[in-house]
Parts: sequence; C-alpha cells; structure tokens
Amino acid sequence: MAQVKKITTPLKPEQIQDLKAGDRVTITGVIYTGRDAAHKYLAKTLQEGQLLPVDFTDQIIYYVGPCPAKPGQAIGSCGPTTSGRMDAYAPLLIEKGLKGMIGKGPRSPQVIDAMKKYGAVYFAAIGGAGATIARSVKKADVVAYPELGPEAIYRLEVEDFPCIVVIDAQGNDQYKIGVEAYRLAD
Amino acid sequence: MKEISVDKIIDVVKNLCIQASCNLGEDVEELIRLGLDREESEFGQYCLSQILDNIALSRQENMAMCQDTGVAVVFVELGQDVHIVGGDLQAAINEGVRRGYEEGYLRKSVVQDPLFLRKNTGDNTPAVIHTEIVPGDRLKISVVPKGAGSENMGALKMLKPAEGIQGVKEFVLKTVREAGGNPCPPVIVGVGIGGTMEKATLLAKKALARKIGEPHPDPNYQALEEELLEKINRLGIGPQGLGGRITALAVHIEDYPTHIATLPVAVNLNCHAARHAEAIL
Repeated sequence: MAQVKKITTPLKPEQIQDLKAGDRVTITGVIYTGRDAAHKYLAKTLQEGQLLPVDFTDQIIYYVGPCPAKPGQAIGSCGPTTSGRMDAYAPLLIEKGLKGMIGKGPRSPQVIDAMKKYGAVYFAAIGGAGATIARSVKKADVVAYPELGPEAIYRLEVEDFPCIVVIDAQGNDQYKIGVEAYRLAD
Repeated sequence: MKEISVDKIIDVVKNLCIQASCNLGEDVEELIRLGLDREESEFGQYCLSQILDNIALSRQENMAMCQDTGVAVVFVELGQDVHIVGGDLQAAINEGVRRGYEEGYLRKSVVQDPLFLRKNTGDNTPAVIHTEIVPGDRLKISVVPKGAGSENMGALKMLKPAEGIQGVKEFVLKTVREAGGNPCPPVIVGVGIGGTMEKATLLAKKALARKIGEPHPDPNYQALEEELLEKINRLGIGPQGLGGRITALAVHIEDYPTHIATLPVAVNLNCHAARHAEAIL
C-alpha cells in the first residue's frame, strides 16, 4: 500500500490515468450520490432523450443511501452500498461523461470495458464504516428525486474522503489481484 | 398468568433497534480484534482497523455504524403463560420499529410491494417477525437488523441425502466464494441444515442471532463449523474482498430433523456489522 494520493473533483484525464488499482486516495470536492432507484430514473431519462437532472460530466457518483442527519450533523452514517446492482446502468453514464464511481464489491466486465474505453475509475470505500465516512462529508443537499427519500440524489461536499482505487482505467482489478495473492490451495 | 403491556413491548423494541444499530455487540468486536492480529494483508489490516474505529465512533456518537440499518428481523419467544394486554403483539413490534428508526436517525429501507411499486414505507415497517410459543412466562425479543448487501448473497439448496456432509461443505464454500467482497466481509456465516425449505432458511437466519463465535453444542456440528471456518479463510477473499486471511469471523450451524428423502441446506450471510440485540421481559 503506497502513500495516500490526494485527488479533487471534477476529475481530470491526467488524474485518472495516474490512479492505479491498489492506490489509497482521499477525495476532496463535490460528489453526487445515486443508487438503485435513482439509476433507474437516470437511465429512463437518457433512453427518452431527456436531459439528466445533474450534469455528471467529469464527476463521481457515490453509491450510497445515507441515514438521516442528527441535529448538528451534515449527514448520518453513509457507507457504500453494493455496486454490482448499478452495473446495468453504469456503462450508459460513463458514456455520458461520468468519470468515477465509489461503492463496494466487484463490477461486471461491461462496466470495466466502458471504464477502459472512456477513461473512468472505480473506488471502494469501506463497507460498514458509515459513521467514520460521515465525518468527511461537510455538506449534503438533495438535488434530484427527493421523493426517493434515502435514494434521492444528493450533492455532497467532501473533504479527505478515504477510498481505495480498486479498478483503474486500464482495467486492473484489485479484487482479483488481492484474492489471488491470498488464496490457499485446498 | 403474567401480564405484559404492549406499551412495554413498544419501548423495548424501540430501544433494541437503536442499540443494535449503534452499539455493536462485544462478541463481534472481539472477533474483529482477533482477526486484525491474524490478518497478513495490508489492505486487510487497514480495513479491519477502520472497522474497529467505526465501531468505537458509532458507539460514542450513538449513531448507526452502517447506513444500511436493514429490515428489522424480530425473533419472538412468547411464553405460553404470558398474557399481552393493551393491544396486539405484531402492531406493538411494528410501532417499536417505527419509533426506533425515527428516534435513532436510522435509515428507512423498506419498500411497499416488492415488485411493482417499490415505494418506501417511510418508517421501516413492517418488520419481519418470527414468533414461537414456548413454555414459561417470559417474553424474549431479539432484534436482528439485516442489511441487504449481505442478505442478497444468501442461498438455499435442496441436497440429496447421498450428497451428505461433503455436499453441505461444497455448497457453503461455493456460496461464500461467489459472494466475494459483496457482503462486506469479514462475514458471519449462518447455516441452516435440515427441516424443510423454509425451515432451513429460518435456521440459517436464527444462527446469526446466536452469540457470535459460540459453538454448536453437538461436537460433530462444532467440528464442521470449525472446518468450514478454516476452509472459508483459505479462500483469500479477505476483509472487504480486497484479499487477505480473514474472510469470515465465525460459522454458526443450526440443525433440525428432516425427511428421509432430503437434506436442505441454507446459507445466510451477515456482514461484519453483525447486529443483534435482545431483551427478556
């Protein structure tokens, strides 16, 4: 595990190419949330040729449905959800300019192909570490689909949000590399 | 006949929901700590120490350790000499869940109609309630908030008796291997063996409500739990699926007699936020 790289949003192409599977990073800037129901809406909007409610060009989507904020908090517990459920929609958003995704768990070959083709990166946050992660969120505002409650799209202002690059824009996959390194014969 | 009021039940369920979500049991925490001592992978060590920090922080701030505060699975053991007064039991449990999720700032994750509408009910009800009538005059309530990341990775198989012990081992290992990093490892593996289709899955879920790391009382099953845990930890999945030695913290098996022609086996995985809280009234 090398030193921690600091990155800022929106992501620039040279920044993306510099990120390698296995890098620890911290993210500072604006990121957007989105999970199952929001992705379904976004995909439907694109298929109907409509404009998306948020411009994701060069941006990062964080797969999360946060807990409600207590008084004095920007957000409640907000760890990542399983990314695989968004695999059906991710290539479409990457094609439209999305450059980063934060979640947990492996991605499909179709998502990885789109990441390589358009230059995008996939980060993992630590699943279940929702209270710790909430400390790096300074501000949270709903910007689309408020009717979805925890599944609404939020605009988050984050500072030193901790992540690991798990799949880079070349398609290297830390989930595969890591497990192969530690698997023992039967 | 002992009387227990629904007001008492509402209050207890409310508190159990908050306690389970914000204050992880020391049984789980201790196993994570032991896992950190044994983990060899740098990512694994990093993830486990972050997880331990998160447990401490959520306890200190009384906030949910994980944003997926789950569907509230409630196990009820109702003594047959208990008389519930002032209302009905199911409604009281749901009211407790409603208040717990609201007052505890927990996420409401339940959608009405699983297929067509999928509209959030807004209060995390209804709970999934399993009630058993038992001898005595006590009412035991266990709340097991169950997140979907791990729940989605569970599986059931109706094995042939001829597939036996080997068949069970292969199915458990296959289920954990295919789940990979999705269920937020290190996981607790609940295994239900025997009964019928629905009984096996219920046993697997019940296995997750057991004190984590407590072995099965029967030496044969205990040995199988130990062997499966060792084999799972040879898979290399590691904390968060990033590679490492600690893929599971414990394997819990629950068994039940079954039909001469069948061998049902169900696997229900729980993430490291293996939340469970109980109270006896």
